[in-house]
Amino acid sequence: MSPEPAGIVVVGASLAGLRGAEALRRGGYDGPLTLVGAEPHRPYDRPPLSKHVLAGALDAGATRLPELTALRARWRLGNTAVALDRAARTVRLADGAVLAYDKLLVATGAEARPWPAATGGGLTGIHTLRGRDDARALRAALVAGPRRVLVVGGGLIGCEATSCLRDLGLPVTLVDPHPTPLANALGTVVGGVIADRLRDAGAVFRPGTQVRAFEGDASGRVVRARLADGSAIEADLVIAALGATRATGWLRGAGLMADPGGLTCDGACRARDADGTPCPDIYAAGDAARWPIPLYGDRLVSVEHWGNAVAQASHAARNMLAGPGDQRPYAHLPAFWSSQFGINIKLVGLTAGADTVAVVQGSLAARRFLAVYGRGGRSIAAVSFDQARWLPAYAEAILTGSPVPPITDATDQPRIARADPGFPPPRRAAPAPSPAETAHA
Amino acid sequence: MPDDALFAAVTDPANRADPYPLYARLRERPVARQRDGSYVVSGHAAIRALIFDPRLSSEDLPPFRRPPTGNPIRDWILNPIRSRIASAHRPLIFRDPPDHDALRAAVMREFTIPRVQALRPRVVREVDALLDACRGRERICLVDDLSYPLPVSVICDLLGVPESDEPQFQTWATQLATALEPDARGDVETRRHTVAAFDAISDYMRGLIREKRRCPTGDMLSGLAAPGPGGRKQMSDFDLIATAILLLVAGHETTVNLITNAMLTLLRHPEELARLRADPERAPRLIEEVLRFEPPVHFRTRKALGAITLAGETIPKGAPIILLFAAGNRDPARFDAPDRFDPDRPDLEHFGFGGGLHYCVGAPLARIEAEIALVALSRRLVAPRLMHDPPPYRPGASLRGPEQLHIGIDGIA
Ligand SMILES: Cc1cc2nc3c(=O)[nH]c(=O)nc-3n(C[C@H](O)[C@H](O)[C@H](O)COP(=O)(O)OP(=O)(O)OC[C@H]3O[C@@H](n4cnc5c(N)ncnc54)[C@H](O)[C@@H]3O)c2cc1C
Ligand code: HEM
Repeated sequence: MSPEPAGIVVVGASLAGLRGAEALRRGGYDGPLTLVGAEPHRPYDRPPLSKHVLAGALDAGATRLPELTALRARWRLGNTAVALDRAARTVRLADGAVLAYDKLLVATGAEARPWPAATGGGLTGIHTLRGRDDARALRAALVAGPRRVLVVGGGLIGCEATSCLRDLGLPVTLVDPHPTPLANALGTVVGGVIADRLRDAGAVFRPGTQVRAFEGDASGRVVRARLADGSAIEADLVIAALGATRATGWLRGAGLMADPGGLTCDGACRARDADGTPCPDIYAAGDAARWPIPLYGDRLVSVEHWGNAVAQASHAARNMLAGPGDQRPYAHLPAFWSSQFGINIKLVGLTAGADTVAVVQGSLAARRFLAVYGRGGRSIAAVSFDQARWLPAYAEAILTGSPVPPITDATDQPRIARADPGFPPPRRAAPAPSPAETAHA
Repeated sequence: MPDDALFAAVTDPANRADPYPLYARLRERPVARQRDGSYVVSGHAAIRALIFDPRLSSEDLPPFRRPPTGNPIRDWILNPIRSRIASAHRPLIFRDPPDHDALRAAVMREFTIPRVQALRPRVVREVDALLDACRGRERICLVDDLSYPLPVSVICDLLGVPESDEPQFQTWATQLATALEPDARGDVETRRHTVAAFDAISDYMRGLIREKRRCPTGDMLSGLAAPGPGGRKQMSDFDLIATAILLLVAGHETTVNLITNAMLTLLRHPEELARLRADPERAPRLIEEVLRFEPPVHFRTRKALGAITLAGETIPKGAPIILLFAAGNRDPARFDAPDRFDPDRPDLEHFGFGGGLHYCVGAPLARIEAEIALVALSRRLVAPRLMHDPPPYRPGASLRGPEQLHIGIDGIA
């Protein structure tokens, strides 16, 4: 009997891994297929974790992703990939197993940045939120009735969590170094709307300052936070929403361009080796990938967007099955949504580098609006607060590089004024691309 | 026929029975300028793009080939309903955001699924009574005997119009039926009647609303008249009257057409009628396919607030736009074999109920009414056969449907 072909190995069994595997089967791939996942769970969906699950409307276990295609795959769940040997074409797992591959899809996503141990990170009562188990633990802590919850970081997850906590009637303080929440993602002009909503909802917002350290009691439970401005906040439950780093540690030593900012790919989703040459047999998709985006001058980006994980995984799968002469470029207009404080927020495009924002429909005061971001006079992104129905028209305008505002003479259009969007100044300060500059920060 | 005269041909009653070949020609240019400066949009993708385009307005629709009498005051008084609608009584279907959204949100708060579901027994009862009344006859006119009276009594129930006032309501509904037809023609006399009916029903509604405020009865009008979230009025009394009349008008002839078109199509496809008789669960699929294949509303008009470039054509600012939903529904670029009636097709994204922000609020109700009527017709009409094919059509090109549908029967089961 001839040895079985090694087949395709997918590392990371979440959204990108699952949708990638399905696309391989739909694309006619009939060989062996293995999915490796560090978590013990079948692929599940993360967006509900910071929304319905925290709110108690959905059990953490009820988030399993629908499996849309018969996968006929071998699942290696609860097993972490720890090393990649490109020469031997093998992946080593934590349990010692070694998997051979013909082609590899890296879909290991990202992980929540933990609070540093040196400043209180080990204390009981400090939570992060990335996975189902995190959400379950956090939900249990909320039900136990904390006296005050401190949310550190006003990014999307920090804001969504704050919104849920207020719906539950819990006292909550949100601390963020910027003047408003969502400053990195949307700028302070738009972020100001969330700041107002947050306060209306009864949350305490402490802008422009940072938590320096947490202090615990004798039993090792968190009791207070010390802030950079010298003040303290008494809190017995903390959600550290500090952004995410890419789960690429297992690729160290493999000779790829991989760091906490992502695994760098070419435009066709192929991983680049340390010399920058695309590997014909290694692809990446989802939060883990960093790729050149043609619409934004081939700038390297990585995002934490559900829609990208789905689209990029199918695209990578398509290219994995195609010949070297038929590698299609990944053209994708980034987009994400968030729901918080009863507002449905959607963004298309990338705001990085925006020098202008203009409200083009509705009004900030009504908290129902559509705003366009511009850079050098061209539209690069658009955000809607409860106005998502118009986004396709603005997406089209972004794809064609229309001026700002791209659409005049619309219904419900205010007198259009351009403003500085108020992004925090050094957006590219960190030496390596930091999570703060990814689009879902 | 020149390309820029195709839509004029669509509005010509001579083409009412089968406008689809004209639509196919129009679709060769998904956005096509017509001689009068309007733009007909007939491709599925182009319609889809436009219903989500913020530059489209439903307000201040341009007058639609209204022949002037030469006397401006007379024109104003006798004019198609549209100019009346344009002033105080403009309902949400002719409004833009943000006003539209606020009014619509209030309606949606009341137009709940449980409330619609609760109307089922009433619809069943009504359909049975209407068919019972046809016993002993060898032929029925589906329009007169069932399709026409049914929707009005259902809307009366929904709104909370007392049963004793229903006959009056039926009369007004008939006089107002064409109010949403963009090409509302009719002679001076007809128009005078329509305007009078508007005034009468407005007065009636004003009284009814006062009544519902004093003593709410759990129906939709009571709900809309009650204070909204935050204790504020949900809408002005003017808007409340306009909304109530809109629900009557928008839910009337449309539903008549749906039931009639569905039965006409089934009689033309007897195998489908037989399958429905054997399996009433097929009704929802059949209805969806009728909404694609023979929709009750063929087009709606808009105005371009700004220049819009689409499918290689630039619609200039201010131009009237005709969203030809019924042509998009048969776009071969979207649907396989679009001219085939096939209730089992997998892709049913039709524009039967429009789309975008003006998507029909009454869709769930219309579906229930049509479903119950079709199942009853398939079971109770004994050996039904079409007496005239094509049947005579009403003049409207937008709200297109048979004026009469004579069906020969061997009895009512
Ligand atoms: C709380 C929360 C809310 C969100 N809300 C939204 C939203 O509203 N809208 C939106 O657009 N996006 C949202 N996102 C982002 C979205 O969920 C992510 O973009 C998406 O999950 C990315 O999918 P992925 O498969 O690339 O990565 P992940 O979902 O992170 O999955 C990676 C998987 O790989 C596993 N893994 C990691 N390392 C290894 C290894 N070495 N070996 C084996 N397995 C490994 C991980 O355990 C994980 O299961 C949210 C994310 C979170 C956490
Ligand atoms: C078969 C039956 C029906 C059909 C085919 C139909 C079709 C439509 C269409 C195409 C529109 C969009 C108009 C536009 O875009 O300009 C619409 C809007 C509307 N319909 Fe229906 N309709 C039906 C039944 C009903 C019923 C039963 C009701 C209410 C009782 C109703 C109430 C409305 C209202 C209020 C609007 C305006 C919504 C808005 O402007 O936001 N309709 N309908």
